[in-house]
Amino acid sequence: MTAFLIRRIAFALVTLFAVLTLVFVIVRILPGDPAYIILGDQATRESIEAMHVRLGLDQPILVQYASFLGNALRGDWGVSMVTGQPVLAEVLNVLPWTIELTLVSLALGIALGVPLGVWAAVRRNRLVDYVVRIASLAGLSFPAFVSAIILLFLFAIELRWFPVISAHKGSLRAWTQSITLPAISLGLNSAAYITRVTRSAMLEVLSEDYVRTARAKGVPQRIVVWRHAMGNALIPIITVAGLYLSTLIGNSVLTEIVFSRPGLGKLIVGALNQRDYTMLEGMMVIYTLAVVVVNLLSDLAYGFVDPRVKLA
Amino acid sequence: MTDAVSAPARLRPPTGRSALLRAFNANKASWIGLAIVVLVVLAAVFAPLLAPHDPLEQNIIDRLKPPTVDHPLGTDYFGRDTFSRLLYGARISLIIGAGATLIAMAVGTAVGMLAGWRGGRYDAVTMQVMDMLLAFPSLILGLIIVAMLGPSMPNIIAAIALTSVSTFARIARAPTIAMKGRDFIEAGRSLGFSDTRILSRHILPNIFPEIMVMGTLWLANAIRTEASLAFIGLGLKPPTPTWGGMIREGFENILDSAWLAIAPGVAILVVVFAMNLLGDGLRDAIDPKLRNET
Repeated sequence: MTAFLIRRIAFALVTLFAVLTLVFVIVRILPGDPAYIILGDQATRESIEAMHVRLGLDQPILVQYASFLGNALRGDWGVSMVTGQPVLAEVLNVLPWTIELTLVSLALGIALGVPLGVWAAVRRNRLVDYVVRIASLAGLSFPAFVSAIILLFLFAIELRWFPVISAHKGSLRAWTQSITLPAISLGLNSAAYITRVTRSAMLEVLSEDYVRTARAKGVPQRIVVWRHAMGNALIPIITVAGLYLSTLIGNSVLTEIVFSRPGLGKLIVGALNQRDYTMLEGMMVIYTLAVVVVNLLSDLAYGFVDPRVKLA
Repeated sequence: MTDAVSAPARLRPPTGRSALLRAFNANKASWIGLAIVVLVVLAAVFAPLLAPHDPLEQNIIDRLKPPTVDHPLGTDYFGRDTFSRLLYGARISLIIGAGATLIAMAVGTAVGMLAGWRGGRYDAVTMQVMDMLLAFPSLILGLIIVAMLGPSMPNIIAAIALTSVSTFARIARAPTIAMKGRDFIEAGRSLGFSDTRILSRHILPNIFPEIMVMGTLWLANAIRTEASLAFIGLGLKPPTPTWGGMIREGFENILDSAWLAIAPGVAILVVVFAMNLLGDGLRDAIDPKLRNET
């Protein structure tokens, strides 16, 4: 387990380093001088040069690279070119919103997907199985923003059960009201995905000899399915759920736009529209960090449910 | 020599066309998927004949009209016919989707096969890079690339292709490694065939069906990503009709003209769903484990 963990952490660090380097290179090869972008077209030569010194752009490229890496590690990601606020502060400000949304969506996906997948697998090739399969394929086909718009239209605009703008304040009731629609919209995809993975994992496990042995011994169906079979089916499910979390983080951009919800998605789209390069740099790092952390966590969970990983 | 090359193919469990067709037939839903995909492709190809109006023709008097006989899906903010825009939009979705998928398929398969074939450090480094690419949320990656390069058709295609290269590399690599040690490959090697020849003439045909299936599923994904990018504002520049762009414009008027956003939304959903149905059926058809059971 320790060796496994060390290997995964090393991989995570390499990934992070590679992305930081990539971000550095991308921002340098972008057309346009950042000093011009900050100061505008009317800026004098002197002020441009002064800005170069301030941004460290007069230094040799390797020195810039070293200080970029050092700053990134120390959490100094510069100042937003638009708002003048520190990038890290702005990111941390909205981060809880995105984390909250993705976690609730994932929980929803698991709560719906695992039982449905098990149900379909146990009733293989029966009506239930077909319905679940088609429904999960349909759920998988929804672009996150299309389901969001349909939900918003039906439940917030027509029926008025939920607020149109999902920025909650205060009470638990307000929180539930504001997160329900975004979480359903985002969770729909993950529920569909987890259903499919659960179904195929369960089908595989249910045909194993040890399951047949358990049945032959007279173990009740409920225990065979949920304890004997589920134990092994859980491994692929966790792997996929972990991988899917990064897709959820990506798709939350769309959900946040439709429901006018603060979060990383709104921040990155704003930064893109306003050409806020320092903000974009920071966002790329934070997304990578999120993905790396998520992968590490799913690796940990993986080692937790699969004793064989510990031995490796 | 020909025996050594073709024998394993003959010895494999029924891969014949009839067996594939039977397995594909077993899943009725995949025919529905195929039918819808064909219909949409035809609609896109014959858009100029089918569209009742010019998709760019503005009509200030008939703005935001609900569906009528003349405008089956109503008109948008500029009085343009939604149905005609939807038909022309299908072209953009299909071209970008197919272009991105084909590029990803070609590049990914080549990368994966080479990694599996060469093995060793080359394999380790390539697949590490692919894993990083795979781990990154594809929408964010696409969004950043398109934002940096500008939303032109080639850039959007390249960005979406890049996000799916690693999937194809993964799919191509494993069977290449498995096949490397097989007798017919050994035979080819001892006959002095070049690596390129062995990879392209003897290994590729064997892994091709799986890659095609993945291609169908990723086509669905690519179309969805294109629409998502356009919805964020990183699609082809207006007034070109794209489904994602239409939803974006429609969303601004959702309070009084909801169908403007919902019609293209349903169009994307139907196309992506149909492609998923088709890909799913194809996958069942080529998966030997499932085939023997049906």
